[in-house]
Amino acid sequence: MNAPVPRKFKAKEFASDQDVRWCPGCGDYAILAGVQRALAKQGVTSENIAFISGIGCSSRFPYYMSTYGFHTIHGRAPAIATGFKVVAPHMQVWVVTGDGDALSIGGNHFIHALRRNVDLKILLFNNRIYGLTKGQYSPTSEIGKKTKSSPLGSIDNPFNPMSVAIGAEATFLARTIDVDAKVMQPVLAAAAGHGGAAFIEILQNCNIFNDGAWEDIAAKQVRAEKTILLQHGQPMVFGAQRDKGIRIRGVTPEVVTIGEDGITEADLWVHDEKDEDSTRAFLLSRMNGPAFPVPVGVLRAVERPIYDRAVNAQVAQAEAAKPADLQTLLNGRKSWTVG
Amino acid sequence: MQNKATQQLDSVVVRFAGDSGDGMQLTGGQFMMASVIAGNDIATFPDYPAEIRAPAGTLAGVSGFQLHFAANEIFTPGDAVDVLVAMNPAALAKNLGSLKEGGALIVNESSFSKKGLKMAGFETSPLENDSLDDYQLYKVDLARLTQDALAEHGLSAKEVARCKNFLALGLMCWLYERPVDTVVEEVTARFGSKPKYLEANLAAFKAGYNYGENSEQFLVRYQVPAVPDITAGTYRNITGNEAIAIGLVAAAQKAGRQLFYGSYPITPASDVLHYLSGYKHFGVRTFQAEDEIAAVCATLGAAYANALAVTGTSGPGLALKAEAVGLGVMTELPMVIVNVQRGGPSTGLPTKTEQADLLQSVYGRNGESPTAVIAARSPGDAFYAAYEAARIAIKHMMPVIVLSDGSIANGAEPWRVPNVDDLKAFESTELDTAEGLGEEGFQPYTRNENLARPWAKVGTRGLEHRLGGIEKWDITGHISYDPDNHHHMTMLRQDKVDRVTGSMAPLDVIGDKSGDVLVVSWGSTYGTCLTAVRQLQREGKSVSMVSLRWINPLPADLDAICNSFSTVLVPEINNGQLLKLMREQFSFNGRGYNRIAGQPLQVSAVRDAIVDCLSS
Repeated sequence: MNAPVPRKFKAKEFASDQDVRWCPGCGDYAILAGVQRALAKQGVTSENIAFISGIGCSSRFPYYMSTYGFHTIHGRAPAIATGFKVVAPHMQVWVVTGDGDALSIGGNHFIHALRRNVDLKILLFNNRIYGLTKGQYSPTSEIGKKTKSSPLGSIDNPFNPMSVAIGAEATFLARTIDVDAKVMQPVLAAAAGHGGAAFIEILQNCNIFNDGAWEDIAAKQVRAEKTILLQHGQPMVFGAQRDKGIRIRGVTPEVVTIGEDGITEADLWVHDEKDEDSTRAFLLSRMNGPAFPVPVGVLRAVERPIYDRAVNAQVAQAEAAKPADLQTLLNGRKSWTVG
Repeated sequence: MQNKATQQLDSVVVRFAGDSGDGMQLTGGQFMMASVIAGNDIATFPDYPAEIRAPAGTLAGVSGFQLHFAANEIFTPGDAVDVLVAMNPAALAKNLGSLKEGGALIVNESSFSKKGLKMAGFETSPLENDSLDDYQLYKVDLARLTQDALAEHGLSAKEVARCKNFLALGLMCWLYERPVDTVVEEVTARFGSKPKYLEANLAAFKAGYNYGENSEQFLVRYQVPAVPDITAGTYRNITGNEAIAIGLVAAAQKAGRQLFYGSYPITPASDVLHYLSGYKHFGVRTFQAEDEIAAVCATLGAAYANALAVTGTSGPGLALKAEAVGLGVMTELPMVIVNVQRGGPSTGLPTKTEQADLLQSVYGRNGESPTAVIAARSPGDAFYAAYEAARIAIKHMMPVIVLSDGSIANGAEPWRVPNVDDLKAFESTELDTAEGLGEEGFQPYTRNENLARPWAKVGTRGLEHRLGGIEKWDITGHISYDPDNHHHMTMLRQDKVDRVTGSMAPLDVIGDKSGDVLVVSWGSTYGTCLTAVRQLQREGKSVSMVSLRWINPLPADLDAICNSFSTVLVPEINNGQLLKLMREQFSFNGRGYNRIAGQPLQVSAVRDAIVDCLSS
């Protein structure tokens, strides 16, 4: 990746001249602002960055950025981004997708990008609905959800993007709420700095087709009680009064009140984002309301060989080891001359 | 020692047939190399079964390798077989129908056991009744001969049995006076790392050769002299898939770019991926994707990042790739899509040849999504088809589909190796600086005389832009739903493809420029059509031929040429797809000859079809 340029960047530098067309009140505005701010802090110039998206409201994103960008086809952004990154490894590549784009039609490409650990920053805007096509249920919609295509309530069991990502061997997992800049900024910075595929689930509000999908946990008044900010090396503490914690016994996490039954911070589960074994990250991914606060921040950040670097290293090695003469290649192993 | 007579022949068609595990492809390949070194022109047709290893001795497991070798220029692997080498009853049952009356039938009699006969559907052994009286039958006890030859080699019974194909090869090499040194050299090159097997194979080979020399059955040897008057140059043997692979490497080198090949294994295209995977020292990046769609999508991403971006597949894969190819058309990115056609529809006949993806290639995307389509006509020609596709894709900033097929992919022929310096130069619209741009900055959809837009080098300051699949304003590239603009852009995308005619050479008419019948061939029917046409021309008939390299757009001179003949015959291994395409674009008196049987067309059948045209 390119070294940061030593000057002050403005978030506006990363905005294109196009009018932003999301619905007023859409959570995507906050995400856009947050990303532009994060890029400004990062200090990498726009020509070294690319945003590649699929199809969905999320995927209009590249048009609003002043970087290189490609608005592709439904579900396929990670695959397109993989080819792009292998050939242009010096570019910082962001993938913008949604719960339908990444988890329904794009499920296959999503898991393989994570499996390969391609150096992509994958932003999944999860609003639990299909917004662009005006309101069908998605793979993250709850059972019983009434939508245009499920008037009697959805009978589809949803799955959990974070758990899927862990199953796909993801090396970096994070979660943030669209309007929570305090969490989003460090998460974006950490993702940008991660070597390999960085998956960020952004809990996003679609105020037109699924308003309040995350209200139970994301609303300012309840956020402190309903979410837990994970910090590497820190015991898991949450609550408006910071009086609650997560303790883990074996593979069973439990919510405890600090100060009750002699429980102190010393008894709490200390977050280790670098745990090579993904079991605990998986347990974190299963933590959900109402019993548990939803983890936000960086859940996992481990190192593994990076796909695009490995491809290019292997090629470099082969180039150094063997002469590459085109005429010899054309002549083949056995040739003969006539006349 | 008997005095054996030698007879001279102009051409021989041999078919080796046996169980999948009998090594028929290997044996055929060795005999082919020997023939090539002997100076014959050759053409091959490997006939693989679809199953990887069907139960031994069954009809489903029969694998064949046909080789036509001659003292003159030939273009097809041959309609009917002169010599059938049948390693077991199933191979005999399956292939006897192709053997000429009076042809030589060499059978491995050791395998004609009760069990073997039953599996092949024989009530009684054909070796013992008169059912094979129409042929010259030679019974060879391959099993015993191989055991005798390898008695001292310390091999297991199974290992010994596996060497019998080399014994058969030795016999055949004696029968046709093939250069033994070449075979020994080739076998050594192939098995050098396994001395035990190398020794055994060579011993079996020599034993087979000596058997021919000493046997009372084989009283005549045959000589097929070298082809005189071959154009001077360096030659090598090549299959279509290998030709495509090295054609793409050559293109990348001449274009000064990285080659990115995204693909998913599919019969009969997988070997292109295998070859390219071995060319990392040429800077080739191969990507074995999770599926066909990921393959073409990664390729498109690589195209955006300025690589020579190629994907390869067969018919079913092309169907999956349609949406992504459409995105390439819409964003006007250079990309090559190789389709090695096979029998369809659906899963079809994966190991059999067909040409039925023409219309899919020309039309198979949503909306008005014109795509250039180019076809290879023979194994060696596939090099040039792939190279030209890359050149046109980059020159015109568009996807280009290359059509090959199973018989080209796996067939082999001697090929005159081009000099690297003689290969056509690449032109591109790559832009690597923002200097000189006006105050509007970089506009990704400005165009040159080919209507090609600039190919911005990603990572260049000042050239940042966004591409997308939604319709956009010409010039600026911003999203547009404007009605007039959409009509304009639709026509422009068609115009882009039409302008490729400017990069085409004039059509080469083989024969008189006007006359009774014009045969229009495309793809692998080339050799068959040429053979039939040349035969009829020698008989004084007014028949000519063109072989189309470009399918879309069709060459500008095709209309006038077709209308210089009373009848135009379009032989195709499909139900009339090129004929349909031609009829759409201009009027002419045309008809098709169509046989969709998973096999190359027969020279005699095409000849009959031409004669039909002549008499009507």
